[in-house]
Amino acid sequence: MNEDLDMLEQSALNDYKYGFVTNIDTDTIPKGLNEGVIELISKKKNEPEWMLAWRLKAYAYWLKLVEPTWANIKHPPINYQDIIYYAAPKQKEQLNSLEEVDPELLRTFEKLGISLNEQKRLTGVAVDVVMDSVSIATSFKEQLSEIGVIFCSISEAIQKHPELVKKYLGSVVPMTDNYFAALNSAVFTDGSFCYIPKGVRCPMELSTYFRINAENSGQFERTLIIAEEESYVSYLEGCTAPMRDENQLHAAVVELVAMKKAEIKYSTVQNWYPGDKEGNGGIYNFVTKRGICLEDYAKISWTQVETGSAITWKYPSVILKGDHTIGEFYSVAFTNHHQQADTGTKMIHLGKNTRSRIVSKGISAGQSQNSYRGLVRAAKGAINARNYSQCDSLLLGDKCGAHTFPYIEVKNKTAIVEHEATTSKIGEDQLFYCRQRGIDAEAAVALIVNGFAKEVMNQLPMEFAIEAQKLLAISMEGSVG
Amino acid sequence: MMLSIKNIHANIDGKEILKGINLDIKAGEVHAIMGPNGSGKSTLASVLAGREEYEVTEGTVTFLDQNLLDLSIEDRARAGLFLAFQYPVEIPGVSTTNFIKAAVNEKRKYQGKEPLDALAFLKIMKEKMALVEIDQSLLSRSINEGFSGGEKKRNEIFQMAMLEPKLAILDETDSGLDIDALRIVANGINQLRNQNRAILLITHYQRLLDYIQPDFVHVLYNGRIVKSGSKALALELEEKGYDFITEETDL
Ligand SMILES: Nc1ncnc2c1ncn2[C@@H]1O[C@H](COP(=O)(O)OP(=O)(O)OP(=O)(O)O)[C@@H](O)[C@H]1O
Ligand SMILES: [Mg+2]
Repeated sequence: MNEDLDMLEQSALNDYKYGFVTNIDTDTIPKGLNEGVIELISKKKNEPEWMLAWRLKAYAYWLKLVEPTWANIKHPPINYQDIIYYAAPKQKEQLNSLEEVDPELLRTFEKLGISLNEQKRLTGVAVDVVMDSVSIATSFKEQLSEIGVIFCSISEAIQKHPELVKKYLGSVVPMTDNYFAALNSAVFTDGSFCYIPKGVRCPMELSTYFRINAENSGQFERTLIIAEEESYVSYLEGCTAPMRDENQLHAAVVELVAMKKAEIKYSTVQNWYPGDKEGNGGIYNFVTKRGICLEDYAKISWTQVETGSAITWKYPSVILKGDHTIGEFYSVAFTNHHQQADTGTKMIHLGKNTRSRIVSKGISAGQSQNSYRGLVRAAKGAINARNYSQCDSLLLGDKCGAHTFPYIEVKNKTAIVEHEATTSKIGEDQLFYCRQRGIDAEAAVALIVNGFAKEVMNQLPMEFAIEAQKLLAISMEGSVG
Repeated sequence: MMLSIKNIHANIDGKEILKGINLDIKAGEVHAIMGPNGSGKSTLASVLAGREEYEVTEGTVTFLDQNLLDLSIEDRARAGLFLAFQYPVEIPGVSTTNFIKAAVNEKRKYQGKEPLDALAFLKIMKEKMALVEIDQSLLSRSINEGFSGGEKKRNEIFQMAMLEPKLAILDETDSGLDIDALRIVANGINQLRNQNRAILLITHYQRLLDYIQPDFVHVLYNGRIVKSGSKALALELEEKGYDFITEETDL
């Protein structure tokens, strides 16, 4: 019995494979945060005056805030003066082609399974890679620009498309939104920018791969996606970090804007370093992600597979402003050892006939704590709003925890909000049954976990689904039958 | 000898359930074990399969020249020991097909063979489905989830057909089956009967033994095999009940 439980606990313990460090000269600024640091970041990025002013305003606001404590997470206080806010691998100023990328960096990303070489890529995925504070390279840029799609780093967008950035940056997640959003607004260093013009169906997946490499640094990325009328884009985000003993902060902001009949599908496979088995080190992943269906019939869909990070604090949300708009949230959050996840979503129904769907699958192993926190709000004007939420928890072993915090605020009588929740455990009987068929406990757990998460995994684009399945230590589920 | 059980004693939660079982089974033989409720039949099956709640306190088991008790649950299975459960477990979210494919490939890996690709697997599956007349729609559902009692039993025999074990222990596979299903399942089992395979049938009913003719019948009572005989013993039990044996033993 105990042996089985041990195996259960161990089965999830696949070692972190992305924990290596790239030895490359890094341009870092000293630790600490003050106006001077923000000015320095802005200067390093050669930003226009308005951008710096925006940052400083956010900083001034942040200074007035205190760190939130409502989430079901515990960590020692974060010393914001002990973080490096800008770290960039040293390479040539302006890259004309991917060939100019430092080979050491190319090797790093090859090792992570991200090929930056366009010719070598078989799948149609355009990638922007961000290492520490800067975007290293973006592939397929030319092909995309031919159809009017802008896909570049946010730094480049600030230079080349200031009118778009000015209009939309902070329009979904205002700098005053919350503590970490304010901090991000002050110090964000890079991230991706996507603009899909009217009527364009983006022909390839756009993706950003985030990598933290430098020591003692934080990563503060900013992503902005705008989908004009009747456009479509599928965007993927992946991330990893070296194994380090200290905790590193990752505080990102992602904003999505969908116009009339536009659709944005945003998928994340979050695999930041989770810390070691004793709970030392790992990334604090404090992220604000929000999309707005600004006009009628727009649709925004978030899919996330969260396996990494020491602490995850993240609620990808949708504001359903236009009539007949749709918001979706599909999530698998897997926690192990001493990991803590407090994640979920907010669906804010403002328009008429708006619909939202929430499917959350939490899997807890080891001594981890996994919480779903979700808000569904139907405003007065959200006539006939519909929401369906399903939150399932699976416990592996008996030292972990699963929690569900659903908040429902309905301000009009025509709205219908449904919530279902289940908690299950992998039973000894189930394990014995599998093992009697020759499937060892580890594989059995993978099979069961995969089955449990299937509904969400099916939402991921093919290539990501495979990566995510590997992440969940899964062999063959879904290939037959 | 395929399986040789010598003086097995086994406890659960400190209570002795098996009190010295001896049984030899050769390849090609079919043995039936009968006995009143609670006598230890399922316990014996579980001990052979390696269920960890049971503590073997005495005795040895040899299976295909290996010390069975030294092998892990999964290695016993991969080496060819199959247990059709009296109460098959439901595993939500895991499709029956995928589950069986995983099992088949684990076994192949153990034998040093390449895993079957989807196509080859489906082909074999089609063949074996016919054997127990199991419906394809059942196999795409989560394993045993919401299956009727009879469907669960049929699914167990289907898995047996897929895994081609050396020794199959069938724990009350006949209970819960309707008349037609009993005939179909028994037929399937008969087709799986061959000179390289041994079958240990646990049953309460002579009915099953009309279909599957056993070479030997044993009566398990209070943790011991108290009587062994030919098929005629089952008929005698059917007629007289267990009393004529148990009274003897209790004396
Ligand atoms: N955890 C336990 N603690 C104590 N006794 C147990 C435990 N588990 C099983 N037993 C007992 O072991 C005995 C043998 O059970 P077993 O399931 O082997 O019987 P069986 O012969 O298969 O009966 P049936 O014909 O009803 O299936 C029963 O008396 C049962 O109550
Ligand atoms: Mg029994």
